[in-house]
Amino acid sequence: MSEANEKSFKFFQLKNNLINFSFVLPAVIIFSVFYIYPFFEIFRLSFYSWNGISPIERFVGWQNFIELAHDDVWWKSMGNAAYITLIALTFQNALAFALALACDREIRMKRFYRVVFFIPPVLSEIVVGLIWQWILYSGFQDGQHIGLLNYYLDRIGLHHLVHNWLSNPDTALTCIAVVHSWKGFGWGFIMLLAGLQTIDRQLYEAAKVDGAGSWRTFWNVTIPMMVPVILVVIVLTVLGSMQVFVLILSMVGQGLVYHTEVPVTRILSAMTGTNRFGYACAMGVTFGMVLIMISLSFKLLSNKVKQV
Amino acid sequence: MGSPLVFKQIGGEMKKFFGVVCCCVLFFGCAKKQDDPNTITLWHWMTDRHEALEQLALNYERLTGVKVKVDLYAPSDAYSQKIIAAAQSRILPDIYGILDKKEIFASFIESGYVTDLTEEFQKDNAAWENALFAKAVDVNRFAEGNIYHIKPGIYGVPVDVTNIQMLYNKKLLERAGIKSPPKTFNEFLTAIDALKRVGISGLVSGWGELWLADCFASNYAFNIMGEQKVMDTYQGKVPYTDPDWIKVFDVFRILSERGAFAEGIVTKPNKFAEQDFALGRAAFGFNGSWSVNVYHDMNPDLRYGVMLPPPINPNRPMSIWGGGGSSFVVNNISKKKQKAIDFLRWLTATEQQAFLSTETRNLPSNREALTSIPSVLAEYAQGMDYTTHPTIWTYNEHSLVIEKFDKGLQSIIIGEKTPQQVAREVQEIKEREMKKAHP
Repeated sequence: MSEANEKSFKFFQLKNNLINFSFVLPAVIIFSVFYIYPFFEIFRLSFYSWNGISPIERFVGWQNFIELAHDDVWWKSMGNAAYITLIALTFQNALAFALALACDREIRMKRFYRVVFFIPPVLSEIVVGLIWQWILYSGFQDGQHIGLLNYYLDRIGLHHLVHNWLSNPDTALTCIAVVHSWKGFGWGFIMLLAGLQTIDRQLYEAAKVDGAGSWRTFWNVTIPMMVPVILVVIVLTVLGSMQVFVLILSMVGQGLVYHTEVPVTRILSAMTGTNRFGYACAMGVTFGMVLIMISLSFKLLSNKVKQV
Repeated sequence: MGSPLVFKQIGGEMKKFFGVVCCCVLFFGCAKKQDDPNTITLWHWMTDRHEALEQLALNYERLTGVKVKVDLYAPSDAYSQKIIAAAQSRILPDIYGILDKKEIFASFIESGYVTDLTEEFQKDNAAWENALFAKAVDVNRFAEGNIYHIKPGIYGVPVDVTNIQMLYNKKLLERAGIKSPPKTFNEFLTAIDALKRVGISGLVSGWGELWLADCFASNYAFNIMGEQKVMDTYQGKVPYTDPDWIKVFDVFRILSERGAFAEGIVTKPNKFAEQDFALGRAAFGFNGSWSVNVYHDMNPDLRYGVMLPPPINPNRPMSIWGGGGSSFVVNNISKKKQKAIDFLRWLTATEQQAFLSTETRNLPSNREALTSIPSVLAEYAQGMDYTTHPTIWTYNEHSLVIEKFDKGLQSIIIGEKTPQQVAREVQEIKEREMKKAHP
């Protein structure tokens, strides 16, 4: 290739690259403005004391993080989120798996069930919260309970179970966790069902020929084949449950003392209630780190399981 | 069939064409939108007043040719966040309201987002100021030597006034054999006992929204110890463990132990509490004058009256929260400042205020528009003489102390902590924050 041709080739290559880049540019700009800039801004602000409006931002170094480390309410909120996550991991995923197994079989109206089980996840969290608040309502009129649950407990003679569900520290967080699980099990159900349907049916037939019963087939065929999907469902459940907050706001308003506080409600409260944006950003950064660590440990676990 | 070279050429042309289109979209898309000099924008949060405001905006356009674009952002929490975000990105509208604490109001002024309206209010022998309720104007006033170091003046325009009092359901009181609403705290407790005997819940309020419980506590703090001692506490001169503060906390313990509160009051949103009172599920309510409109919509047949919270200390008048209900400010960086001020002046004139009051059942900020308001609203209006509000106090408590105080009230109501325990915890936070402020 002559020198002139080479130059012209390079010029066209550069031109092509520039044109191609112009196609990607809008996405890059949008991503930078709405993701990368806020991400770094949160890190920066976590080292400042700022009320969110004032033009004066005071640099405080690690002060926000030190205060956070000694903030009992923050750690209690982490504990509460962990409790909700634990219930979601067990109750929600067990329910999702059981229903996915049921719908994987040849049963009547299985398409109908699939749609029904997927309704809660597509409902707005605010709507779900308000519906459940009405169900768990504790109040009465003309001697009769108005809340649906208390009304029926009373009607069937279980008066001792009639309860102030959302205003009692012993039950409020559990109620929120159960409602969260009810709302979230549909996602796990769909993913687990999709996973079950990818298992080769011949494996089940082979197990049957070998004389394995349904319980043994479940443990030795279904579970090992489902491990990757189960791990994904677990990671998504943990991340989703740790960040729950709309449901809490709609069910118990600004919370029952500190018994229903979770990290996101604390961040919100620091931002809008006490106007401490810097501190809220420090909370956000710390919480983000915790979530990243959880995700990474599951990723490591998943790799180990795959190797096994 | 064309040769591959032709396709290559067409492809090249198309790439060029789309490249130019993308650049144009990016360039012109980011250009600033042309601002119509005859249109002013107003942001508000009042769902119940939106239609009336739009109607008034239309009337104003017919009258002056200036178009007022009325944008609603509800609920109020979301609105507050929007205002803060808009301030951060300097895209506030010509007229908006600040729903936050006085400290935040001061931050908006300090940042140059609020116009000083003092001169406008004082024109023509202060005609505008004199037409409005003084306490409503005070909410938007920064006095000489204010703790926020804001230049003294009036920075907002109240479009209505409000106050928060207790309500009683006449039918339910009659059913319990109570002839007149209680006038003292002891009478209130007797009434609660009578109501319980016939299976009627006592007091309902939306204390899932903590500020309402805080307001109830503040009423009793003023009644028990007086404004000066409350202010001294905020300044750190009186501890929360003082016997008078214990008495304030004790109000909640007594009411809780006596079974005066409707079930679930601590987590009840105000909307649900309003529903409970409107549907006769509780005999007493604690709510603001805006609720007249809400109750009318929920149950037009509800027979109820308004009363001051029954005082504990008979020697001191009961103070209630009230004053300017909803106020608007003018954006100081707006190019249409004068047009915005003119609109607000027109909006608070007698005729417009009477229209707003009739349409939305809210107390007007213009005292001359009080003539044709519903009777329950008139009862609320009588309470205006007893009003006070954190926004007009000389000192305000630190927001972290308020949070601890309000959560403490919840703890007492659910029987988790004693008034003494809560007082100690609040005082601990108070001391910590004071140490931080003055190391």
